[in-house]
Formats: sequence, structure tokens, C-alpha cells
Amino acid sequence: MNHGTTTAVSRPGTPGTTVPSPATGASGGAAAGRKRAAWLLAAVVVLVLLAATSLAVGARGLPLGTVLEAFTRFDPANGDHAVVHARIPRTVLGLLAGGALGLAGAAMQGVARNPLADPGIMGVNAGAALAVVTGIYVFGIASFSGYIWFAFLGAAVAAVVVYLIASLGRDGATPVKLALAGAALSAGLFSLMNVILVSSQDTLDRFRFWQVGGVAGRDWSVVLPGLPFLAVGAAIVLLTGRILNSLALGDDIARGLGQRVGLTRALTALGIVLLCGTATALAGPIGFVGLVIPHAVRFLTGPDYRWILPFSLVLAPVLLLGADIIGRVVLLPGEVPAGIMTALIGAPVFVWLVRRGKGAGL
Amino acid sequence: MTLKATTPTRPDALSDRAPKTASQGLDLIGQRRGRAGLNRTSVLAAGVVLLFFASVLLGSYTVTIPDFFTIVANHLTGGAKIPGASFIVMENKLPRAVIGTMIGLAFGLAGALFQTMLRNPLASPDIIGISYGASAAAVVAIVIFGASGAAVSGAALGGALGVAALIYAISSGTGMRGAGRGNAAGNRLVLAGVGIAAALHAVVNFLMTRADIRTAADALVWLNGSLNSASWDRAAVLFLALAVLLPAVAVISGPLRLLELGDDTAAGLGIRVNPTRLALVVIAVTLAAVATAAAGPVSFVAFLAGPIARRFTRKASLPASALVGALIVLAADYFAANIAPLLLDGTALPVGVVTGALGAPFLLWLLVTNNRKDA
Amino acid sequence: MAVLNAKDLTLKYDQRCVVDGLSVEIPEGRVTMIVGANACGKSTLLRGLSRLLKPAGGTVTLDGKDIHTRPARELARTLGLLPQHPTAPDGITVRDLVGRGRYPHQGFFRSWSPQDDLAVQQALEATDTLELAGRNVDELSGGQRQRVWIAMALAQETDVLLLDEPTTYLDLAHQVEVLDLITDLNRRRGTTVAIVLHDLNLAARYADNVIAMKAGAVVAQGTPRDVVTEGLVRNVFNLESRVIPDPVSATPLIIPIGRHHVPTELELVS
Repeated sequence: MNHGTTTAVSRPGTPGTTVPSPATGASGGAAAGRKRAAWLLAAVVVLVLLAATSLAVGARGLPLGTVLEAFTRFDPANGDHAVVHARIPRTVLGLLAGGALGLAGAAMQGVARNPLADPGIMGVNAGAALAVVTGIYVFGIASFSGYIWFAFLGAAVAAVVVYLIASLGRDGATPVKLALAGAALSAGLFSLMNVILVSSQDTLDRFRFWQVGGVAGRDWSVVLPGLPFLAVGAAIVLLTGRILNSLALGDDIARGLGQRVGLTRALTALGIVLLCGTATALAGPIGFVGLVIPHAVRFLTGPDYRWILPFSLVLAPVLLLGADIIGRVVLLPGEVPAGIMTALIGAPVFVWLVRRGKGAGL
Repeated sequence: MTLKATTPTRPDALSDRAPKTASQGLDLIGQRRGRAGLNRTSVLAAGVVLLFFASVLLGSYTVTIPDFFTIVANHLTGGAKIPGASFIVMENKLPRAVIGTMIGLAFGLAGALFQTMLRNPLASPDIIGISYGASAAAVVAIVIFGASGAAVSGAALGGALGVAALIYAISSGTGMRGAGRGNAAGNRLVLAGVGIAAALHAVVNFLMTRADIRTAADALVWLNGSLNSASWDRAAVLFLALAVLLPAVAVISGPLRLLELGDDTAAGLGIRVNPTRLALVVIAVTLAAVATAAAGPVSFVAFLAGPIARRFTRKASLPASALVGALIVLAADYFAANIAPLLLDGTALPVGVVTGALGAPFLLWLLVTNNRKDA
Repeated sequence: MAVLNAKDLTLKYDQRCVVDGLSVEIPEGRVTMIVGANACGKSTLLRGLSRLLKPAGGTVTLDGKDIHTRPARELARTLGLLPQHPTAPDGITVRDLVGRGRYPHQGFFRSWSPQDDLAVQQALEATDTLELAGRNVDELSGGQRQRVWIAMALAQETDVLLLDEPTTYLDLAHQVEVLDLITDLNRRRGTTVAIVLHDLNLAARYADNVIAMKAGAVVAQGTPRDVVTEGLVRNVFNLESRVIPDPVSATPLIIPIGRHHVPTELELVS
């Protein structure tokens, strides 16, 4: 290790008179900012192209020109146009759920200072699953639009419980305590769920199709009720970039910098619950998007949450839509649900990240 | 559940200003602690024996103690059978209790080994993906190949070992970036395991949607961990495996205690860190794998045994963890087979559902009290 | 300028009382060193003074106002703090890390300003880390990393700065360098500094004011020359010693006496 200027006594310039040197001053930061903005724009372009592809690809493949036509000159008699329109809800859902999961995952990792933080680990998926199973078993619910409210309620309750348990004690909700509480509650809720599933085959039969997670088979009646929750959640989380930046330095420093750690953490947690609770309600438990995307995004942005959050918002739907599109064509005439494909695509990426040594720290 | 750093702490009283009295004091404390730990460990052992007999003798079909000994003696000597009772005891209750005890011991040990080695309470085999390897392989066998019985166990064993090897390969090897900063290799192991577990979970879920509902229900019972298919054949295989593995654990427990002090400290004390870690991984994984193959991934036993044992005996102890594991499985299976049917209109639950449903609140309670106390 | 004051301060971790009814003043514009044996409550006192620990009784005031009733961000513009083991996010650059010290000066919607740039620049220059600005914090040596963290605290531009063992894990040259740097800061900006320090000799040399603690209470406070005596070392550390004038700075220099080295008449320096 190079100890740099070991013997040199530091000779600071007089405060107030120094001018930023051009080599390392503000201009460098601005250039990096412009570069990142360009990257973000490129990501948006990729996302738009992918959304168009999502409208075109499927059991009945269509050229992109037809997709465009279906919007500009819609002809109700044209069967191709009808197919395109039928694919809009799942594409929109892919965009919304993907963005929500990416944003929630990034914020969760920041607020918990934990590379493992993810809706699955933090008990949200388990809470939603148990609530859906209860909905099916007790109330006989049988449609995706009927599951929404159960899933949302379950996700929210589980997240709040995990958070409360983890924040007991002097040092509050530390990463290890959050992960432990989340894992413990998840395992318990899954077991309760299995009590029902083992004793009721009907419930299992319906539930297993929700459990894989995906965007297929949902229409507007599923997508629309989620919109306000997603909007509020995204607004909250997108504003927390600087808060997460201070939190990343540890609670003591964040407090020293004048942050009200408990309050800001609770506010961020609220945004996270809204986002991933709604996403899980709409699309079922979809793993890996919230876990992998923020890690991948850090390669582009570094550790600055003011950039990690918007990048995650844009790139997570790229993964989810991409997974959905691939899932439509790999097992023709059948489909592999997006939730399975994200896991199959995400796992190798995650493993690669682990091998690169990322995430071994915080 | 100590979440503290592992830097060796040195009580102030032990500085060399008063060497004689201080070290004498230390010896006394050590002895007293050791004796208390031993006493508590024997309490645990007695508890296991008690629960073992309770689960054989009591329950929905009760057997008196004299009858039990007659049945076993006659079975061994080929004497007369008591109609009904002999069959139920010898073919159902006894093998069930024997297998329950053995998988409890194995899960408890496997969990404690992982948690100690990786210095991470989350790092039990069920969390880091090894059990999911077994699950995925078993569900593939059930759903795609229509397997049952020993074939499923074989697939589970293969799956667990294969996934463990994969995780180890991923986490070890190239570029130890960040080595020396804490426990990088261990962290990578946990992370790789969590990633693999999630992927395999998705595969299992997908396969469940592909099977007809009756097969899916069968697979679900297996996925939860169940002692319903306990048999003497299975018990014999399990016994042979443990006969090899338990002595191995005894041998490796010495180096493990030094490894707890951190890789560098252990190396300084003359431990060859990497070979030792590999041996530990192999032993712990095999323990978890054979137990999972015998009864499915009974959730929470491996995760909870270590922390509970540590609370009870006030020190980290492998035998205590193993005994606590056996206690958990026996108690949960008694509940699942005998008490749950009374509450659920006759549905007997798989034991893993009970360990999960009762284990989780207990773990939460552990977390709550722990957070309150030393946070 | 700001005066930090603790009155009848009681600090507890759950039920365990660490500091009981302690009153102390951190004098304005001075460098104060808090010394004491392990577990005497000096770090706890620093946490109490810096709002990291809510008092179970008594008050901590800054310029006469209770620090717990003031808005956190406003307080953070006056009172800065560097804990013992700060954590740097993976892959963060030095400039980014130092920039995060500007958090209390930014509003919820007001983002980076030229003023922030200037503060970061000055903090980097003051700590001699300007040439490190583009490097990753993970790549730095222990001494460099500590200077970067101090730069972050400087970028916060506070009148009071509390540091918990800023020289831990540093070699002697780096320890001196860090303390020189803090002294510069105090001389040039008039920053009030309070430091928890293990090394009694360095504390005696660099302090304007020494607070000696034992079992959660203050046993002595004053200039090093008045406070650091053989009697104090015996009382606080339970250690026999000789205290002689430091041949370089004339501040008290503690020569510990173990069991194996008994001072002879010849070795004694009066």
C-alpha cells in the first residue's frame, strides 16, 4: 500500500481564497453527470424499443410496422391490430411492475445498507402469498383482479412487521436485523400458507398459477387500480436519493450530518412498501428484478443513489419485459411466465456479480 | 445469536498486573461454565430420550411401556406379535421416531457448522440454497419422471450435493478481491447460495404449475418435509451415513473453534484455513443432504438449533445444537401427527409445516429479545 | 461561535448507566481531549454530546439551546462528528464521499451549488487529499482513508467538531499528521474540537484542555500541565508513572512504570 505523503505536513490553503483547480474541480463532476444522463437516455430508448417488441412478439408474430399502424391508423376489423391492442395491458404491466420492483429494490438496499435486500428477503412476497392463499381458501377468490387487495394488504403488513421487529433496540433497524427478521417472518408465513395448501387441493390448484409471477393474462381491471399506489410510491422513493447517500455512510454519520435517520428511513420504507406491494399484487411474486438491477446499475453510476434510482426505474422494466418476451417464444406454443424467466436470466447475472466481488461489502 | 464482531475481548481484570489471581479466577470461571454447559447438555439429551419415547408410546395410538418392551423383544427374537400394536410400533411409530431423531441431529449439526464457520446466523443450509437443490431435484423427479420413494431420496441427495458444489465453486476461486476485509469468501458463499436458492425456487414453482394437481400436492408434502414415509430401510441408510459423519464432526470441531476467531488468527494458530473450510463444507453439506433426502427439507431446524442451543447452554456447542435439532423435530412431528388432526378435521400435517409455523414465531421472539437486550 | 455544554447528563444503554449526572463544558475555540481508561464512558459521553445518544437525564446545550430540540439539519451545520468506525460504500470516490458532508447545507429540493464545490475543494486541500480526489476510497491506505473522512467532516463546515478516536489503527507518523491537521483547523478556523483519544502523551501535547474521566464521571479538567500528573495517571489508569516535561513541546510526558522496570535514581529526571 502506498501511504502517499507520509511525512509531508499538510499545508492547507487559506479558506475562502482557494479556487477549484480545473483538473479536479466541478467541471469533472459535470462531465460525469452529462455522461450519465446520456446513458440514461440510451436506456430509455432501449426500453421503448423493447416495449414495441413486446407488442409485436408472441404466438402470432407481427412486424413493428404493423404495431405502429395499430396506434396511428387503428382498424377495428384488422385482426393484427386487435392482437396488438390485446398485448398492451401486459406490456404496460411489465413496465409498471418492472419499474416498481427496480426502484423498490434499489431503495431497499440503500435503506437497509444490505446487498441482499429484496422484496423476497424482506418478507413482502411471503406476506402477499399468505394473504392470497387466505383469499382463495376462505373467500373463494379466483381471479387476478380479486387477488390484488389481498396481496397488497399482506405485503404491507409483512413489511411493517419486519421493519418494527428489526428496529427494536438501541441501534434501530440495522441490515443484519432486517435480513434476519425478514427471513424469519418469510419462513413462518410460508409455513402457515402450506398448512392451508396441504389441506386444500383446490386452493393449491389456483394458487400455484399466481405464485409463479408473470404479466400474462392480466387485463386493465388488474392494472388500473395499482396506478395511484405506484405513482405515490415512485414519487417518494425518487426523492430519497440524497437521504440514501447519507445513510450509506452509516447511521452515526448520517445523524451527524443532520439527518433524522428514523424518520427518513420510515418514509423510504413507506415508498418501498407501496411499490413492491403493488407490483407483487399485480404480477405475483417476481424475484431477482429488485435484487439484480440495482447491483448492475452501480456499474454504470457508482454508489450515488441520485443516479441509481432513476437508472433502476428504467432498466428494471427492460429486464422484466425482456424476460416476458423470451418466455413467450422459448416454449411455443406454451409460455414460460416472466417470473420464471427473470430468475433464470437473473441468477447467472447475480452469480457473476458475486464473483466479481460486488456486494460482498455493502 | 451473537451478531457481534469476533475480535477477542480481554477483560480488564486480566492484565498482567495481577497475574496469579487473575488466571486462577479465569480457570475457575472456565470450569464453572464448562460444568454448567455440560449439565445443560445432558438435560437436552434427557429431553430427547423423553420425547423419543413419548412419540412412540403416546399419541393417537397409545402403547404401554411393558407392551413396548414385549413388542421390541419379540420382534428381535422372532417371538409372538401383539396384533395391531406390533405392526404400528415396529413399522410406523418406531422408525418414524428413529428417523426423526437422526434427521434432527443432522440438521442441527449442519446448521451449527455453517453458522459457526461463516460467522453468520443466516447461513444455515436451508437459507443458503442447499435444501433448495434437494427440493428442485426431488420435484423434477416427482413431476417429470413420476418417481417416488427411494428414487426421490436419491435425487434429493444428488441435488443437494450438486448445488452445494456449484455454490462452492462460484464462491471460491479467482481473484480474492476484498480478502482481508472481514470474511469475503464466506459472504460470497452466502450470496451465491441465496441467488441459487431463488432461481431453484422459481424452477420448483414452475414445475408445480406443469404437473397435474395430485402430483403437485404430493410434491408439496415432500417440499415441506415429512416423516410419513419413514421406514427401516431408510433409517438404516441414514444410520450408516451418520456413523461416518458424526466422528468426522468430532474431529473437525477443534479446528472449527479456532476458525471462529477469524481466518487470519486461525492461520496464525497453525490451521490450514482453506482445506479445513473445504472439509467443513463437505461434512456440513453431506449432513444436510442425507437428512433432506430422508425426510425432505424440514424447515427451520438447521436455522434454529444453533441459536437455541447457545441460549440454553450459554455457549456455542455442537452437541447441544444437534440435540436441540432432534428435540425440535420430535416435538414438531408429535404435534403434526397427533395434535394437528384434532384441530384441522383430521388432516395430519407434514412435520416441516409445524417446524416452520412454530419455529418462525420463536425465531422472531429470539430476535425481539436479542434486539432489546444487547442492541 | 459555539459553546457545547452538558449539565447533569445521564446516559444509559437500556438499563445500564454509563454516565451519571455529569456536567462538563467544551470550551469555545479550543482543542479538548477526553481521556480515560477503557470503558470509562468517554466514547459514550461523545455520543451524548453529539446527539447520537438521547440522555436519560440532564441536558446538552449548544449556545444555550438544547441540542435535542433543535432541527437536526440546522444543528448539523454547527456540530459535526466523526464516529470511530465509519463505513464507506463500495466503489465511492474520495470526492463523492467528501461531498456527502454537504448534506446539511442542501435543502430537500436544492441540490449541489458552487458553494458546495468550494467547501469540498477546501476540505480536500486542508487534508492534503486533493490528488486523491478521483480515487476509490477502498484503494486508500489507512492513513489516507482517515484523512478523507476528516475531509468529509470539514466539508460540513461546522463550528464544533467531535471526533471519536480519529487515530485508531494509524502508525505514529499518521497519528501526528492527523492531530497536526486538526490543530491547523482549530488555529485557522477557530473550530471548537473535542476528541476522544487513547494516547495520553499525544493528548497532553495537542490539547488546550484535557478532560479526564473515570467510571462515567469527570475527575479532572484543565490544561495538560495542570491536569496530567503522576497522581492523575495513578487514579485514572491505575498505573505508576513518571511525568516529565516533553523535551520537544514542554507539555507533560508520561513514562509508564511496569513491574519489570523499576526506576533507578540515575534514570530519574526531575
